[in-house]
Amino acid sequence: MITNTLPPAPMPTLSHRASRWFARNLIRIYAALAFIYLFIPVAYTFAFSFNDAGKSNLIWKGFTLDNWKNPCGAPEVCSALGNSLKIGLISTILATILGTMIAFALSRYRFKGRSAINLLIFLPMATPEVVLGASLLAMFLNFRINPGMTTIIIAHVMFCISFVVVTVKARIASLDPRLEQAAMDLYANERETFRYVTLPLVMPGIAGAALLSFSLSFDDFIITNFNSGTVATFPKFVYVSAARGIPAQANVIGSSMFFIALFIVVAGQIIGRRRKAR
Amino acid sequence: MAFLHATAHASAPAIDNAAKKRSLTPYLLLLPGMVWLIGFFVLPIATLASTSTMTRPDGAAVGTYVQSLRFQNYLDAFSANKDQFFRSFIYAGIATLLALAIAYPLAYMIAFKAGKMRSFLLVLVVAPFFTSFLLRTIAWTQILGDEGPVVSFLKALPFFSNDIRLTSTPFAVVSGLTYNFLPFMTLPLYASLERIDPRTLEAAGDLYANGLTTFRRVTVPLSMPGIVAGTLLTFIPAAGDYVNAYLLGNPNTRMIGNVIDSRFFAIVDYPTAAALSFTLMAAILILVTLYIRKSGTDELV
Repeated sequence: MITNTLPPAPMPTLSHRASRWFARNLIRIYAALAFIYLFIPVAYTFAFSFNDAGKSNLIWKGFTLDNWKNPCGAPEVCSALGNSLKIGLISTILATILGTMIAFALSRYRFKGRSAINLLIFLPMATPEVVLGASLLAMFLNFRINPGMTTIIIAHVMFCISFVVVTVKARIASLDPRLEQAAMDLYANERETFRYVTLPLVMPGIAGAALLSFSLSFDDFIITNFNSGTVATFPKFVYVSAARGIPAQANVIGSSMFFIALFIVVAGQIIGRRRKAR
Repeated sequence: MAFLHATAHASAPAIDNAAKKRSLTPYLLLLPGMVWLIGFFVLPIATLASTSTMTRPDGAAVGTYVQSLRFQNYLDAFSANKDQFFRSFIYAGIATLLALAIAYPLAYMIAFKAGKMRSFLLVLVVAPFFTSFLLRTIAWTQILGDEGPVVSFLKALPFFSNDIRLTSTPFAVVSGLTYNFLPFMTLPLYASLERIDPRTLEAAGDLYANGLTTFRRVTVPLSMPGIVAGTLLTFIPAAGDYVNAYLLGNPNTRMIGNVIDSRFFAIVDYPTAAALSFTLMAAILILVTLYIRKSGTDELV
Protein backbone atom coordinates (compact mmCIF):
# COMPACT_ATOMS: atom_id res chain seq x y z
CA MET A 1 0.00 0.00 0.00
CA ILE A 2 2.90 2.34 0.77
CA THR A 3 5.01 2.95 -2.28
CA ASN A 4 8.04 5.15 -2.18
CA THR A 5 8.45 7.37 -5.19
CA LEU A 6 11.09 9.89 -4.20
CA PRO A 7 12.11 12.01 -7.15
CA PRO A 8 15.90 12.41 -7.22
CA ALA A 9 16.06 16.04 -6.18
CA PRO A 10 19.33 17.37 -4.82
CA MET A 11 19.01 18.16 -1.12
CA PRO A 12 21.41 20.49 0.63
CA THR A 13 22.09 18.64 3.88
CA LEU A 14 21.54 15.22 5.32
CA SER A 15 19.27 16.41 8.11
CA HIS A 16 17.25 18.39 5.62
CA ARG A 17 16.93 15.27 3.51
CA ALA A 18 15.88 13.18 6.48
CA SER A 19 13.22 15.65 7.46
CA ARG A 20 11.98 15.86 3.89
CA TRP A 21 11.82 12.08 3.73
CA PHE A 22 9.90 12.01 6.97
CA ALA A 23 7.55 14.72 5.72
CA ARG A 24 6.99 12.82 2.52
CA ASN A 25 6.21 9.56 4.27
CA LEU A 26 4.35 11.03 7.18
CA ILE A 27 1.26 11.31 5.04
CA ARG A 28 1.52 7.65 4.04
CA ILE A 29 1.86 6.59 7.66
CA TYR A 30 -1.11 8.79 8.52
CA ALA A 31 -3.17 7.29 5.69
CA ALA A 32 -2.24 3.75 6.76
CA LEU A 33 -3.45 4.56 10.29
CA ALA A 34 -6.67 6.00 8.87
CA PHE A 35 -7.26 2.78 6.93
CA ILE A 36 -6.66 0.71 10.06
CA TYR A 37 -9.20 2.89 11.88
CA LEU A 38 -11.71 2.39 9.05
CA PHE A 39 -11.32 -1.37 9.11
CA ILE A 40 -11.17 -2.12 12.85
CA PRO A 41 -14.95 -2.61 13.24
CA VAL A 42 -15.15 -4.54 9.96
CA ALA A 43 -12.43 -6.92 11.16
CA TYR A 44 -14.17 -7.16 14.53
CA THR A 45 -17.50 -8.01 12.91
CA PHE A 46 -15.80 -10.63 10.74
CA ALA A 47 -13.92 -12.18 13.68
CA PHE A 48 -17.07 -12.41 15.79
CA SER A 49 -18.90 -14.18 12.97
CA PHE A 50 -16.82 -17.21 14.03
CA ASN A 51 -17.79 -16.86 17.67
CA ASP A 52 -19.36 -19.91 19.29
CA ALA A 53 -21.71 -17.64 21.19
CA GLY A 54 -25.25 -18.80 20.55
CA LYS A 55 -27.79 -16.01 20.75
CA SER A 56 -25.81 -13.25 22.39
CA ASN A 57 -22.62 -12.43 20.55
CA LEU A 58 -21.01 -10.14 23.14
CA ILE A 59 -17.97 -12.00 24.47
CA TRP A 60 -15.57 -14.32 22.67
CA LYS A 61 -16.39 -17.91 23.61
CA GLY A 62 -14.48 -19.99 21.08
CA PHE A 63 -14.03 -20.59 17.39
CA THR A 64 -16.73 -22.26 15.31
CA LEU A 65 -17.73 -22.50 11.67
CA ASP A 66 -21.35 -23.30 12.56
CA ASN A 67 -22.59 -19.75 11.96
CA TRP A 68 -21.19 -19.77 8.45
CA LYS A 69 -22.48 -23.28 7.71
CA ASN A 70 -25.94 -22.35 8.86
CA PRO A 71 -26.52 -18.63 8.38
CA CYS A 72 -30.26 -19.09 8.88
CA GLY A 73 -29.70 -20.70 12.28
CA ALA A 74 -31.32 -17.62 13.74
CA PRO A 75 -34.48 -17.57 11.57
CA GLU A 76 -35.43 -13.97 12.32
CA VAL A 77 -32.07 -12.84 10.88
CA CYS A 78 -32.81 -14.54 7.58
CA SER A 79 -36.35 -13.25 7.22
CA ALA A 80 -35.09 -9.72 7.95
CA LEU A 81 -32.36 -10.21 5.36
CA GLY A 82 -34.92 -11.44 2.83
CA ASN A 83 -37.01 -8.32 3.40
CA SER A 84 -33.98 -6.08 3.01
CA LEU A 85 -32.90 -7.76 -0.23
CA LYS A 86 -36.41 -7.52 -1.66
CA ILE A 87 -36.76 -3.85 -0.67
CA GLY A 88 -33.27 -3.08 -1.95
CA LEU A 89 -33.87 -4.73 -5.30
CA ILE A 90 -37.26 -3.13 -6.02
CA SER A 91 -36.18 0.31 -4.78
CA THR A 92 -32.97 0.17 -6.79
CA ILE A 93 -34.74 -0.71 -10.04
CA LEU A 94 -37.36 2.02 -9.60
CA ALA A 95 -34.94 4.70 -8.41
CA THR A 96 -32.41 3.92 -11.15
CA ILE A 97 -35.01 4.18 -13.92
CA LEU A 98 -36.62 7.37 -12.59
CA GLY A 99 -33.29 9.00 -11.72
CA THR A 100 -31.65 8.15 -15.05
CA MET A 101 -34.59 9.66 -16.92
CA ILE A 102 -34.27 12.87 -14.91
CA ALA A 103 -30.50 12.93 -15.46
CA PHE A 104 -30.94 12.69 -19.24
CA ALA A 105 -33.61 15.38 -19.24
CA LEU A 106 -31.40 17.72 -17.21
CA SER A 107 -28.26 17.18 -19.24
CA ARG A 108 -29.65 16.97 -22.76
CA TYR A 109 -32.57 19.36 -22.95
CA ARG A 110 -33.29 22.97 -22.24
CA PHE A 111 -36.61 23.70 -20.63
CA LYS A 112 -38.27 26.01 -18.19
CA GLY A 113 -38.15 25.37 -14.46
CA ARG A 114 -34.70 23.82 -14.51
CA SER A 115 -33.51 25.48 -11.32
CA ALA A 116 -36.66 24.44 -9.47
CA ILE A 117 -36.01 20.86 -10.51
CA ASN A 118 -32.37 21.06 -9.46
CA LEU A 119 -33.54 22.32 -6.07
CA LEU A 120 -36.02 19.48 -5.78
CA ILE A 121 -33.19 17.00 -6.47
CA PHE A 122 -30.86 18.68 -3.99
CA LEU A 123 -33.24 19.13 -1.05
CA PRO A 124 -33.76 15.45 -0.13
CA MET A 125 -29.98 15.06 0.08
CA ALA A 126 -29.72 18.12 2.34
CA THR A 127 -32.50 17.01 4.66
CA PRO A 128 -31.60 14.89 7.70
CA GLU A 129 -32.94 11.35 7.52
CA VAL A 130 -34.93 11.76 10.69
CA VAL A 131 -36.90 14.60 9.06
CA LEU A 132 -37.49 12.60 5.87
CA GLY A 133 -38.67 9.62 7.92
CA ALA A 134 -40.86 11.65 10.26
CA SER A 135 -42.48 13.64 7.45
CA LEU A 136 -43.37 10.54 5.43
CA LEU A 137 -44.83 8.86 8.48
CA ALA A 138 -46.82 12.01 9.28
CA MET A 139 -48.29 11.87 5.80
CA PHE A 140 -49.04 8.15 5.90
CA LEU A 141 -50.75 8.57 9.26
CA ASN A 142 -52.70 11.49 7.89
CA PHE A 143 -54.00 9.40 4.99
CA ARG A 144 -54.54 6.43 7.32
CA ILE A 145 -52.09 4.28 5.39
CA ASN A 146 -50.58 1.51 7.49
CA PRO A 147 -46.79 1.46 7.25
CA GLY A 148 -45.31 -1.74 5.84
CA MET A 149 -43.34 -3.12 2.92
CA THR A 150 -44.85 -0.70 0.37
CA THR A 151 -44.21 2.41 2.44
CA ILE A 152 -40.58 1.33 2.99
CA ILE A 153 -40.08 0.96 -0.77
CA ILE A 154 -41.75 4.32 -1.43
CA ALA A 155 -39.38 5.98 1.05
CA HIS A 156 -36.28 4.25 -0.30
CA VAL A 157 -37.01 5.15 -3.92
CA MET A 158 -37.56 8.75 -2.81
CA PHE A 159 -34.14 9.16 -1.15
CA CYS A 160 -32.27 7.13 -3.79
CA ILE A 161 -33.51 9.16 -6.80
CA SER A 162 -31.37 12.21 -6.03
CA PHE A 163 -28.22 10.14 -5.71
CA VAL A 164 -28.94 8.40 -9.03
CA VAL A 165 -29.51 11.75 -10.77
CA VAL A 166 -26.23 13.19 -9.47
CA THR A 167 -24.21 10.10 -10.40
CA VAL A 168 -25.66 9.59 -13.88
CA LYS A 169 -25.54 13.32 -14.67
CA ALA A 170 -21.84 13.41 -13.86
CA ARG A 171 -21.25 10.47 -16.20
CA ILE A 172 -23.20 12.10 -19.05
CA ALA A 173 -21.29 15.34 -18.53
CA SER A 174 -17.97 13.53 -18.81
CA LEU A 175 -18.80 12.02 -22.23
CA ASP A 176 -16.87 13.20 -25.24
CA PRO A 177 -19.52 14.91 -27.44
CA ARG A 178 -17.49 14.06 -30.53
CA LEU A 179 -18.43 10.38 -30.19
CA GLU A 180 -22.11 11.19 -30.69
CA GLN A 181 -21.33 13.59 -33.50
CA ALA A 182 -19.30 10.86 -35.18
CA ALA A 183 -22.26 8.49 -34.95
CA MET A 184 -24.51 11.13 -36.51
CA ASP A 185 -21.93 11.76 -39.24
CA LEU A 186 -22.07 8.05 -40.00
CA TYR A 187 -25.81 8.37 -40.67
CA ALA A 188 -27.07 7.01 -37.38
CA ASN A 189 -30.35 8.67 -36.52
CA GLU A 190 -31.03 10.06 -33.08
CA ARG A 191 -32.52 6.86 -31.74
CA GLU A 192 -29.68 4.70 -33.05
CA THR A 193 -27.09 7.09 -31.68
CA PHE A 194 -28.71 6.89 -28.29
CA ARG A 195 -29.11 3.12 -28.40
CA TYR A 196 -25.65 2.19 -29.72
CA VAL A 197 -23.41 5.06 -28.57
CA THR A 198 -24.80 7.17 -25.74
CA LEU A 199 -26.44 4.51 -23.62
CA PRO A 200 -23.47 2.08 -23.61
CA LEU A 201 -21.17 4.96 -22.69
CA VAL A 202 -23.42 6.07 -19.82
CA MET A 203 -23.96 2.48 -18.63
CA PRO A 204 -21.07 2.44 -16.11
CA GLY A 205 -22.60 5.51 -14.48
CA ILE A 206 -26.01 3.85 -14.33
CA ALA A 207 -24.49 0.69 -12.89
CA GLY A 208 -22.64 2.73 -10.29
CA ALA A 209 -25.85 4.56 -9.42
CA ALA A 210 -27.71 1.26 -9.05
CA LEU A 211 -25.00 -0.14 -6.78
CA LEU A 212 -25.10 3.03 -4.70
CA SER A 213 -28.90 2.91 -4.46
CA PHE A 214 -28.83 -0.69 -3.37
CA SER A 215 -26.27 -0.07 -0.66
CA LEU A 216 -28.13 3.06 0.55
CA SER A 217 -31.38 1.12 0.67
CA PHE A 218 -29.93 -2.01 2.21
CA ASP A 219 -28.14 -0.07 4.94
CA ASP A 220 -30.82 2.47 5.73
CA PHE A 221 -32.14 2.40 9.23
CA ILE A 222 -33.59 5.75 10.30
CA ILE A 223 -36.08 6.35 7.47
CA THR A 224 -36.99 2.67 7.44
CA ASN A 225 -37.60 2.62 11.16
CA PHE A 226 -40.17 5.39 10.81
CA ASN A 227 -42.04 3.81 7.92
CA SER A 228 -41.78 0.06 8.44
CA GLY A 229 -44.62 -0.70 10.84
CA THR A 230 -44.02 -4.27 11.95
CA VAL A 231 -41.81 -5.28 9.02
CA ALA A 232 -38.25 -6.06 10.12
CA THR A 233 -35.37 -5.19 7.82
CA PHE A 234 -31.84 -6.33 8.49
CA PRO A 235 -30.63 -3.02 10.03
CA LYS A 236 -33.83 -2.75 12.04
CA PHE A 237 -33.36 -6.27 13.37
CA VAL A 238 -29.78 -5.46 14.39
CA TYR A 239 -30.86 -2.24 16.12
CA VAL A 240 -33.71 -3.84 18.02
CA SER A 241 -31.66 -6.79 19.21
CA ALA A 242 -28.56 -4.68 20.01
CA ALA A 243 -29.36 -4.43 23.71
CA ARG A 244 -29.51 -8.16 24.37
CA GLY A 245 -26.73 -8.99 21.92
CA ILE A 246 -27.16 -9.86 18.27
CA PRO A 247 -26.84 -13.44 17.02
CA ALA A 248 -23.54 -14.29 15.33
CA GLN A 249 -25.43 -15.07 12.11
CA ALA A 250 -25.95 -11.32 11.70
CA ASN A 251 -22.17 -10.96 11.62
CA VAL A 252 -22.00 -13.69 8.97
CA ILE A 253 -24.46 -11.75 6.82
CA GLY A 254 -22.68 -8.43 7.40
CA SER A 255 -19.33 -9.97 6.47
CA SER A 256 -20.75 -11.71 3.40
CA MET A 257 -22.28 -8.46 2.17
CA PHE A 258 -18.86 -6.86 2.61
CA PHE A 259 -17.09 -9.51 0.51
CA ILE A 260 -19.81 -9.66 -2.16
CA ALA A 261 -19.83 -5.88 -2.61
CA LEU A 262 -16.04 -5.73 -2.63
CA PHE A 263 -16.00 -8.45 -5.29
CA ILE A 264 -18.55 -6.61 -7.46
CA VAL A 265 -16.65 -3.31 -7.24
CA VAL A 266 -13.24 -4.85 -7.94
CA ALA A 267 -14.61 -6.98 -10.80
CA GLY A 268 -16.28 -3.87 -12.23
CA GLN A 269 -12.99 -2.00 -12.13
CA ILE A 270 -11.10 -4.83 -13.83
CA ILE A 271 -13.72 -5.11 -16.58
CA GLY A 272 -13.64 -1.33 -17.04
CA ARG A 273 -9.86 -1.38 -17.32
CA ARG A 274 -9.88 -4.21 -19.88
CA ARG A 275 -12.41 -2.31 -21.98
CA LYS A 276 -10.24 0.75 -21.87
CA ALA A 277 -7.19 -1.25 -22.90
CA ARG A 278 -8.97 -2.64 -25.94
CA MET B 1 -20.25 6.74 -5.42
CA ALA B 2 -22.21 9.86 -6.15
CA PHE B 3 -19.99 11.89 -3.88
CA LEU B 4 -17.08 11.34 -6.22
CA HIS B 5 -18.90 13.41 -8.72
CA ALA B 6 -20.97 15.50 -6.38
CA THR B 7 -18.98 18.59 -7.11
CA ALA B 8 -18.10 17.83 -10.68
CA HIS B 9 -19.49 19.44 -13.76
CA ALA B 10 -22.12 21.97 -12.90
CA SER B 11 -23.38 22.13 -16.44
CA ALA B 12 -23.26 19.60 -19.21
CA PRO B 13 -21.51 20.46 -22.43
CA ALA B 14 -24.18 21.39 -24.91
CA ILE B 15 -24.38 18.98 -27.76
CA ASP B 16 -25.45 20.89 -30.78
CA ASN B 17 -27.75 18.50 -32.54
CA ALA B 18 -29.44 16.72 -29.66
CA ALA B 19 -29.96 19.54 -27.21
CA LYS B 20 -31.61 22.91 -27.32
CA LYS B 21 -34.81 21.76 -28.88
CA ARG B 22 -38.11 22.51 -27.35
CA SER B 23 -40.19 19.39 -27.30
CA LEU B 24 -42.25 17.36 -24.93
CA THR B 25 -39.49 14.79 -24.40
CA PRO B 26 -37.79 16.43 -21.39
CA TYR B 27 -41.09 16.84 -19.60
CA LEU B 28 -42.00 13.20 -20.22
CA LEU B 29 -38.59 12.14 -18.91
CA LEU B 30 -38.99 14.28 -15.82
CA LEU B 31 -42.59 13.47 -15.08
CA PRO B 32 -42.48 10.13 -13.19
CA GLY B 33 -39.50 11.07 -11.01
CA MET B 34 -40.90 14.49 -10.22
CA VAL B 35 -44.30 13.02 -9.35
CA TRP B 36 -42.49 10.68 -6.93
CA LEU B 37 -40.48 13.49 -5.34
CA ILE B 38 -43.47 15.80 -5.04
CA GLY B 39 -45.71 13.05 -3.69
CA PHE B 40 -43.23 11.55 -1.26
CA PHE B 41 -40.96 14.44 -0.37
CA VAL B 42 -42.74 17.79 -0.85
CA LEU B 43 -46.16 16.62 0.26
CA PRO B 44 -44.83 14.88 3.40
CA ILE B 45 -42.88 18.01 4.34
CA ALA B 46 -46.08 20.02 3.91
CA THR B 47 -47.93 17.51 6.07
CA LEU B 48 -45.19 17.83 8.65
CA ALA B 49 -45.61 21.60 8.64
CA SER B 50 -49.33 21.23 9.07
CA THR B 51 -48.97 18.63 11.84
CA SER B 52 -46.59 20.89 13.74
CA THR B 53 -49.31 23.39 14.63
CA MET B 54 -51.94 20.84 15.64
CA THR B 55 -53.26 20.25 19.13
CA ARG B 56 -55.00 17.39 20.84
CA PRO B 57 -58.62 18.21 21.72
CA ASP B 58 -59.62 17.63 25.32
CA GLY B 59 -60.61 14.04 25.93
CA ALA B 60 -59.58 12.82 22.47
CA ALA B 61 -57.80 9.49 22.09
CA VAL B 62 -54.02 9.26 22.11
CA GLY B 63 -52.65 10.14 18.69
CA THR B 64 -55.67 12.20 17.61
CA TYR B 65 -54.79 15.75 16.68
CA VAL B 66 -56.67 18.55 14.98
CA GLN B 67 -55.39 21.62 13.22
CA SER B 68 -55.52 24.70 15.41
CA LEU B 69 -52.63 26.75 14.00
CA ARG B 70 -50.90 26.81 17.35
CA PHE B 71 -47.46 28.23 16.51
CA GLN B 72 -46.70 28.24 20.20
CA ASN B 73 -45.90 24.53 19.64
CA TYR B 74 -42.58 25.59 18.15
CA LEU B 75 -41.57 27.66 21.15
CA ASP B 76 -42.68 24.95 23.55
CA ALA B 77 -40.89 22.22 21.64
CA PHE B 78 -37.72 24.25 21.28
CA SER B 79 -37.49 25.45 24.85
CA ALA B 80 -38.13 21.95 26.19
CA ASN B 81 -35.41 20.48 24.00
CA LYS B 82 -32.88 23.21 23.43
CA ASP B 83 -30.11 21.24 25.14
CA GLN B 84 -30.54 18.38 22.70
CA PHE B 85 -30.62 20.86 19.84
CA PHE B 86 -27.37 22.53 20.77
CA ARG B 87 -25.81 19.17 21.55
CA SER B 88 -26.70 17.88 18.09
CA PHE B 89 -25.04 20.83 16.41
CA ILE B 90 -21.99 20.74 18.67
CA TYR B 91 -21.46 16.98 18.32
CA ALA B 92 -22.00 17.12 14.57
CA GLY B 93 -19.65 20.11 14.31
CA ILE B 94 -16.85 18.40 16.25
CA ALA B 95 -17.35 15.17 14.30
CA THR B 96 -17.18 17.10 11.02
CA LEU B 97 -13.91 18.80 12.01
CA LEU B 98 -12.41 15.49 13.15
CA ALA B 99 -13.50 13.78 9.95
CA LEU B 100 -11.94 16.60 7.93
CA ALA B 101 -8.68 16.22 9.86
CA ILE B 102 -8.62 12.48 9.22
CA ALA B 103 -9.91 12.54 5.65
CA TYR B 104 -7.89 15.40 4.17
CA PRO B 105 -4.46 13.78 4.46
CA LEU B 106 -5.99 10.46 3.43
CA ALA B 107 -7.58 11.95 0.30
CA TYR B 108 -4.38 13.91 -0.43
CA MET B 109 -2.31 10.75 -0.20
CA ILE B 110 -4.63 8.86 -2.54
CA ALA B 111 -4.76 11.73 -5.03
CA PHE B 112 -1.05 12.56 -5.17
CA LYS B 113 1.04 9.75 -3.72
CA ALA B 114 -0.76 6.51 -4.47
CA GLY B 115 0.27 6.01 -8.10
CA LYS B 116 -1.24 2.85 -9.49
CA MET B 117 -2.85 1.98 -6.16
CA ARG B 118 -5.29 4.88 -6.48
CA SER B 119 -8.45 3.09 -7.49
CA PHE B 120 -7.75 0.19 -5.15
CA LEU B 121 -7.32 2.57 -2.20
CA LEU B 122 -10.53 4.36 -3.15
CA VAL B 123 -12.36 1.05 -3.01
CA LEU B 124 -10.86 0.53 0.44
CA VAL B 125 -12.29 3.88 1.58
CA VAL B 126 -15.80 2.83 0.54
CA ALA B 127 -15.46 -0.83 1.51
CA PRO B 128 -16.33 -0.51 5.24
CA PHE B 129 -19.66 0.91 4.05
CA PHE B 130 -20.63 -2.51 2.78
CA THR B 131 -20.76 -3.95 6.27
CA SER B 132 -23.99 -2.66 7.76
CA PHE B 133 -23.31 0.58 9.62
CA LEU B 134 -25.30 -0.71 12.57
CA LEU B 135 -23.04 -3.75 12.83
CA ARG B 136 -19.99 -1.51 12.75
CA THR B 137 -21.41 0.80 15.38
CA ILE B 138 -22.21 -2.19 17.59
CA ALA B 139 -18.66 -3.41 17.00
CA TRP B 140 -17.46 -0.06 18.38
CA THR B 141 -19.66 -0.45 21.46
CA GLN B 142 -17.91 -3.75 22.13
CA ILE B 143 -14.39 -2.56 21.25
CA LEU B 144 -14.78 0.52 23.48
CA GLY B 145 -16.93 -1.34 26.02
CA ASP B 146 -16.10 -1.81 29.69
CA GLU B 147 -14.67 -5.29 29.10
CA GLY B 148 -13.23 -4.41 25.72
CA PRO B 149 -9.55 -4.25 24.77
CA VAL B 150 -9.22 -0.45 24.81
CA VAL B 151 -10.54 0.03 28.33
CA SER B 152 -8.47 -2.89 29.66
CA PHE B 153 -5.38 -1.33 28.14
CA LEU B 154 -6.13 2.11 29.57
CA LYS B 155 -6.78 0.63 33.01
CA ALA B 156 -3.37 -1.02 32.92
CA LEU B 157 -1.75 2.39 32.44
CA PRO B 158 -0.93 4.27 35.64
CA PHE B 159 -2.59 7.60 34.78
CA PHE B 160 -6.16 6.40 34.40
CA SER B 161 -8.42 5.53 37.27
CA ASN B 162 -9.96 2.08 37.38
CA ASP B 163 -13.50 3.22 36.77
CA ILE B 164 -12.69 4.77 33.41
CA ARG B 165 -15.41 4.27 30.82
CA LEU B 166 -15.47 5.02 27.13
CA THR B 167 -18.94 3.93 26.09
CA SER B 168 -21.91 5.93 27.37
CA THR B 169 -19.84 9.10 27.06
CA PRO B 170 -19.97 12.09 24.69
CA PHE B 171 -16.54 10.98 23.51
CA ALA B 172 -17.96 7.68 22.24
CA VAL B 173 -20.89 9.39 20.49
CA VAL B 174 -18.65 11.89 18.71
CA SER B 175 -16.21 9.13 17.72
CA GLY B 176 -19.06 7.07 16.35
CA LEU B 177 -20.34 10.01 14.30
CA THR B 178 -16.84 10.75 13.01
CA TYR B 179 -16.31 7.14 12.04
CA ASN B 180 -19.65 6.59 10.36
CA PHE B 181 -19.49 9.59 8.06
CA LEU B 182 -15.78 9.48 7.22
CA PRO B 183 -16.24 8.13 3.66
CA PHE B 184 -18.75 10.94 2.96
CA MET B 185 -15.91 13.34 3.75
CA THR B 186 -13.11 11.48 1.98
CA LEU B 187 -14.72 10.95 -1.43
CA PRO B 188 -15.60 14.57 -2.32
CA LEU B 189 -12.22 15.70 -0.97
CA TYR B 190 -10.53 13.16 -3.20
CA ALA B 191 -12.66 14.20 -6.19
CA SER B 192 -11.53 17.82 -5.95
CA LEU B 193 -7.90 17.09 -5.00
CA GLU B 194 -7.60 14.67 -7.88
CA ARG B 195 -8.51 17.42 -10.33
CA ILE B 196 -5.64 19.64 -9.20
CA ASP B 197 -2.87 19.66 -11.76
CA PRO B 198 0.33 18.67 -9.86
CA ARG B 199 2.16 21.23 -11.96
CA THR B 200 0.36 24.05 -10.14
CA LEU B 201 1.93 22.76 -6.92
CA GLU B 202 5.33 22.57 -8.60
CA ALA B 203 4.87 26.09 -9.92
CA ALA B 204 4.23 27.32 -6.39
CA GLY B 205 7.50 25.65 -5.33
CA ASP B 206 9.34 27.25 -8.24
CA LEU B 207 8.06 30.59 -7.05
CA TYR B 208 9.77 29.97 -3.69
CA ALA B 209 6.68 28.98 -1.75
CA ASN B 210 7.56 26.43 0.92
CA GLY B 211 5.44 23.33 1.48
CA LEU B 212 3.18 24.97 4.02
CA THR B 213 2.59 28.08 1.92
CA THR B 214 1.86 25.99 -1.15
CA PHE B 215 -0.63 23.97 0.83
CA ARG B 216 -2.29 27.01 2.35
CA ARG B 217 -2.35 29.23 -0.72
CA VAL B 218 -2.76 26.71 -3.56
CA THR B 219 -3.94 23.26 -2.46
CA VAL B 220 -6.60 24.30 0.05
CA PRO B 221 -8.25 26.96 -2.17
CA LEU B 222 -8.30 24.59 -5.13
CA SER B 223 -9.87 21.82 -3.04
CA MET B 224 -12.50 24.14 -1.57
CA PRO B 225 -15.45 22.57 -3.46
CA GLY B 226 -14.49 19.20 -1.97
CA ILE B 227 -14.16 20.66 1.52
CA VAL B 228 -17.60 22.26 1.24
CA ALA B 229 -19.28 19.13 -0.15
CA GLY B 230 -17.54 16.85 2.34
CA THR B 231 -18.35 18.94 5.41
CA LEU B 232 -22.00 19.20 4.33
CA LEU B 233 -22.30 15.49 3.59
CA THR B 234 -20.88 14.80 7.05
CA PHE B 235 -22.55 17.52 9.08
CA ILE B 236 -26.12 17.11 7.82
CA PRO B 237 -26.55 13.39 8.53
CA ALA B 238 -24.53 13.68 11.75
CA ALA B 239 -26.80 16.44 13.11
CA GLY B 240 -29.90 14.34 12.52
CA ASP B 241 -28.46 11.00 13.60
CA TYR B 242 -29.72 9.23 16.67
CA VAL B 243 -28.25 5.76 16.26
CA ASN B 244 -24.80 6.68 17.57
CA ALA B 245 -26.28 8.59 20.50
CA TYR B 246 -28.48 5.61 21.34
CA LEU B 247 -25.89 2.87 21.00
CA LEU B 248 -22.76 4.67 22.21
CA GLY B 249 -24.19 7.30 24.54
CA ASN B 250 -26.23 7.71 27.71
CA PRO B 251 -29.39 9.72 28.52
CA ASN B 252 -27.22 12.84 28.83
CA THR B 253 -25.89 12.56 25.30
CA ARG B 254 -29.28 12.37 23.62
CA MET B 255 -29.46 14.34 20.40
CA ILE B 256 -32.43 15.93 18.69
CA GLY B 257 -32.95 12.82 16.54
CA ASN B 258 -33.52 10.76 19.69
CA VAL B 259 -36.12 13.24 20.87
CA ILE B 260 -37.99 13.23 17.55
CA ASP B 261 -37.94 9.43 17.50
CA SER B 262 -39.27 9.06 21.03
CA ARG B 263 -41.87 11.84 20.59
CA PHE B 264 -43.19 9.95 17.60
CA PHE B 265 -43.16 6.41 18.89
CA ALA B 266 -42.93 6.37 22.67
CA ILE B 267 -44.99 9.46 23.50
CA VAL B 268 -47.16 9.65 20.34
CA ASP B 269 -46.83 13.44 20.41
CA TYR B 270 -46.84 14.11 16.67
CA PRO B 271 -47.07 17.93 16.78
CA THR B 272 -43.96 18.27 18.95
CA ALA B 273 -42.06 15.75 16.81
CA ALA B 274 -43.12 17.63 13.69
CA ALA B 275 -42.20 21.03 15.12
CA LEU B 276 -38.78 19.72 16.14
CA SER B 277 -38.20 18.10 12.73
CA PHE B 278 -39.19 21.29 10.98
CA THR B 279 -36.95 23.41 13.17
CA LEU B 280 -34.05 21.03 12.55
CA MET B 281 -34.58 21.13 8.81
CA ALA B 282 -34.86 24.92 8.76
CA ALA B 283 -31.78 25.36 10.94
CA ILE B 284 -29.75 23.07 8.71
CA LEU B 285 -30.93 24.70 5.49
CA ILE B 286 -30.07 28.16 6.83
CA LEU B 287 -26.64 27.00 7.96
CA VAL B 288 -26.00 25.28 4.62
CA THR B 289 -27.04 28.34 2.61
CA LEU B 290 -24.86 30.69 4.67
CA TYR B 291 -21.96 28.28 4.46
CA ILE B 292 -22.20 27.83 0.70
CA ARG B 293 -22.47 31.61 0.22
CA LYS B 294 -19.48 32.25 2.43
CA SER B 295 -17.26 29.64 0.82
CA GLY B 296 -18.26 30.85 -2.63
CA THR B 297 -19.06 27.54 -4.28
CA ASP B 298 -22.33 27.06 -6.05
CA GLU B 299 -21.25 23.91 -7.84
CA LEU B 300 -23.02 21.61 -5.45
CA VAL B 301 -25.77 20.16 -7.57
